[in-house]
Amino acid sequence: MTENIIEVRDLVKHYPVTRGIVFKKTIGQVKAVDGVSFELKAGETLGVVGESGCGKSTLARVLMNLERPTAGQVLYKGQDISKLSGGALRRLRRQIQLVMQDPYTSLNPRMTVGDLIGEPFEIHPDVAPRGSRRSKVKELLDLVGLNPEHINRYPHQFSGGQRQRIGIARALALRPEVIVCDEPVSALDVSIQAQVMNLLEKLQAEFGLSYVFIAHDLSVVRHLSDRVAVMYLGKMVEIGTEDEIYERPTHPYTQALLSAVPVPDPTLRDNKAIIRLTGDVPSPVSPPSGCRFRTRCWKAQDICAQEVPLLQIRRGSDHPSACHFAEKREIVATHEAA
Amino acid sequence: MSDPTAASIVSTPPATMPTEAGSGAPTNAGLPESQQKQQKPRGLLGDAWLDLRRKPLFWISAAFIVLFLLMAAFPSLFTSGDAVNGTLSRSRVEPSADAWFGYDVQGRDVFARTIYGARASIVVAVLSTMGTLLIGGAMGIIAGYRGGWVDALLSRIADIFFGLPFVLGSIVILTTFNGAGTDNGEWQIMGLVIMSLTVLSWPVTMRLMRSSVLATKEADYIVAARALGAGTGRIILKHLLPNCLAPLLVYGTIMVGSFIGAEATLSFLGIGLKTPVVSWGIMISEAQNYIRVSPYLLFFPSAFLVAAVLSFVMLGEAVREALDPKLR
Amino acid sequence: MSEQSAPGADGSGRPSGRLLEVDDLRVEFRTRDGVAKVINGVTYHVDAGETLAVLGESGSGKSVTAQTIMGILDTPPGFVTGGQVRFHGKDMLAMSAEQRRRIRGEGIAMIFQDSLSALNPVFTVGFQIAEQFRIRRGMSRADAKKRAIEMLDQVKIPNAKGRYSNYPHQFSGGMRQRAMIAMSLALDPEVLIADEPTTALDVTVQAQIMDLLGELQRERQMGMILITHDLGVVADVADRIAVMYAGRIVEEADVYDLYAKPAHPYTLGLLNSIPRMDEKGQELRTIKGLPPNLMNIPPGCPFNPRCPMAQPVCREKLPPLLQVGRSRASACHFAEELVNRD
Repeated sequence: MTENIIEVRDLVKHYPVTRGIVFKKTIGQVKAVDGVSFELKAGETLGVVGESGCGKSTLARVLMNLERPTAGQVLYKGQDISKLSGGALRRLRRQIQLVMQDPYTSLNPRMTVGDLIGEPFEIHPDVAPRGSRRSKVKELLDLVGLNPEHINRYPHQFSGGQRQRIGIARALALRPEVIVCDEPVSALDVSIQAQVMNLLEKLQAEFGLSYVFIAHDLSVVRHLSDRVAVMYLGKMVEIGTEDEIYERPTHPYTQALLSAVPVPDPTLRDNKAIIRLTGDVPSPVSPPSGCRFRTRCWKAQDICAQEVPLLQIRRGSDHPSACHFAEKREIVATHEAA
Repeated sequence: MSDPTAASIVSTPPATMPTEAGSGAPTNAGLPESQQKQQKPRGLLGDAWLDLRRKPLFWISAAFIVLFLLMAAFPSLFTSGDAVNGTLSRSRVEPSADAWFGYDVQGRDVFARTIYGARASIVVAVLSTMGTLLIGGAMGIIAGYRGGWVDALLSRIADIFFGLPFVLGSIVILTTFNGAGTDNGEWQIMGLVIMSLTVLSWPVTMRLMRSSVLATKEADYIVAARALGAGTGRIILKHLLPNCLAPLLVYGTIMVGSFIGAEATLSFLGIGLKTPVVSWGIMISEAQNYIRVSPYLLFFPSAFLVAAVLSFVMLGEAVREALDPKLR
Repeated sequence: MSEQSAPGADGSGRPSGRLLEVDDLRVEFRTRDGVAKVINGVTYHVDAGETLAVLGESGSGKSVTAQTIMGILDTPPGFVTGGQVRFHGKDMLAMSAEQRRRIRGEGIAMIFQDSLSALNPVFTVGFQIAEQFRIRRGMSRADAKKRAIEMLDQVKIPNAKGRYSNYPHQFSGGMRQRAMIAMSLALDPEVLIADEPTTALDVTVQAQIMDLLGELQRERQMGMILITHDLGVVADVADRIAVMYAGRIVEEADVYDLYAKPAHPYTLGLLNSIPRMDEKGQELRTIKGLPPNLMNIPPGCPFNPRCPMAQPVCREKLPPLLQVGRSRASACHFAEELVNRD
């Protein structure tokens, strides 16, 4: 089970910033994703965390081949998907599916649930013969915990959590190997969020799915992920197993991020060593030189401005970390909560 | 035919939150179960229909429209009079029990002429509206969906047509092809009028469609469809069109009304339909010299014209209110 | 529900008594599809210097309560059908519009989740703050500007002077939220209602904003009502918590008691269903089902269809919010059992 199903190599996605309507002039580049590499193994969940603007949603779009990368490769079983088009691309789409964040906007309000979940079969008619589609849709509804009788309803007749289930059923229809989940539970209420997370886990076990699970909620990511990658301003700053990232983080940004997560336990209020970052994330149009985190980092030295720290295993870190001064630091709160 | 209306109608109904009044959130959670009680599921259009059914405005205008459509289709149901030929001896005989609307200068039955006049007015208006919607809608979809230079080009072309003053533009077109001395048949003239109305009005629908497409095309469900591997055709037909159609539908209804008026204006000016065709505009035009002596000659066709225009405009208004999720 | 006494922060000194009390408030939304009973007898209070967290999921009525307190409830569809909101003992719902307007800003201020839409995009941030000093305090242009810059400085906006003439869209999310805090605190309110103040923000920025709010609250001895769905944020800053479900308070308790031993099955379910950073891999214990339809709230306890402890009595009798032990109240027939279990 250690086969790499997806490999991402030096992925870059820049969006030009233009001015003018008729004569467009490029005045800069939004460096949304700027040199990201990782691999996804069969059957595992890779969590991707980061704050808004770190490029995690762009990453999802490039993985889904909704956007072509500026540079770099996305390999699905050794095949560069960003070079595919036409029929080959359509066939690939069966293998990689997407679950989106907002259950209110990701379903066409004018289609019934049956049409929505049946749409994948219409686009890929060879997957299921016409006659069997309706029963397949019902099976899928049942699978994600919805009443198959509701096949003729419209999305607005469902609650947020139920709509997210519809979205999941749609993604599952073609029996993909990989599902990219872009903040799938962020828009849901706590009690509903837990139901959807349990469903995702159940489906993974049942179908041997691999997930790329993108979220900003660190506890959600930990709960579901085998490995976790932390992104900051278009770069991956640290990657490792869930244990390595949450228990032994070595990049200062990861440490700060983890310490800032509010823990639902008032008794930890006073003995929590919280690292308070100052300021906001710089603009991705003109990111800082060298290490992108240096403007908010308490460890920053001259070298951080001059040299881009590579994501690699370092002295003081048993897993890849992109910090010149990577070292362990206790994050009190995550341990003692219980 | 001015653009400002466009802004108010562009209410793309993208995946709105469950249709609820006011601040949305509080009652959201409960919605699904309330809907479960209704046996028949209904879409957003179904919702709009339920809403429409409760509006007297809708029923009144719809009744009038049905009446006018019947008039246009089967005028003989309403009158046995002769709309074209008259007896000069009855010239300008006042309304009576015998001829409810009286007789015109040439002794023709005004009631019969008014009834028969509906056909030309409505045919011209409906066909021009369809033409405008088709051309404008298609251009709008292409411009909005493709974007880039296609959009820039189409939008500039639309601007040029939009810049032509409506009445002046149609006078130019119609005097060229349908001026004094030309000898066009009834259907030819109708065709010309329809063409001039369409040519001068499509930019409005194009803008409407384009802005509606622009707002919808970034929607998550379009991205989701692309992720599934849906082609351009499917995305436009299945996802984009149904969600962009509502504002166009509303505008089209209102447009039928204003085209009825436009047809009458052109006929009145003498460059639209001409006798022996019967239309309200021609009747009004003929009546203008006798306003003082026989006001009823002007009154009856005008009343029908105003009623027809108003019914369509009010129907459009009712449909807009029903489709606009914000008003719910 | 009058027997529900105040489980004060620590029961000791209450300097200015009951600052703001909501008493048996009832609000309904009259919509096309029917009448939704959004708030069904909510009672809570906040004293000077304490933080009350109102916790609930969407549709629980937590924000509508705040809107009613502020007098910014959309009417229609929202209608207050009963109860009182007392500020310094005076019922605000019975006041004239003019009197209420005077309380807004100076007596009670509110900050919203979405700072981008809460600030007017066509005026500079500084101007919007200064305007309040000019209109409400009659200050001169120059004085107002000086005060506004002081306010921006107090909420730790770097280079406050330079930022004064920036427009809202030139601020980042965190900065904008700070500006909004500055604006709502400009007239020195006694109560601050913060409606999901950090929900739209990133974790690291959220921590900064919560710190700032806590600091300002302590300095000014304000009463604060923090409305949120985030159990983590609440644990960090609240003194007392009121948990809302289907337009009712189902549990009210001191923050430590509540997390240590919830006295209502809903609270217990919520606490169980959040993924925690220290528990990996186990299936989350969820609350089954969905929140009730507010147009058709089940008889008895509104939570009974989802409750693992539900008994026949729960389907018949609505449990009132009653004292359990010393400093807490719960609206569950079996609250005692919950509290006394191991």
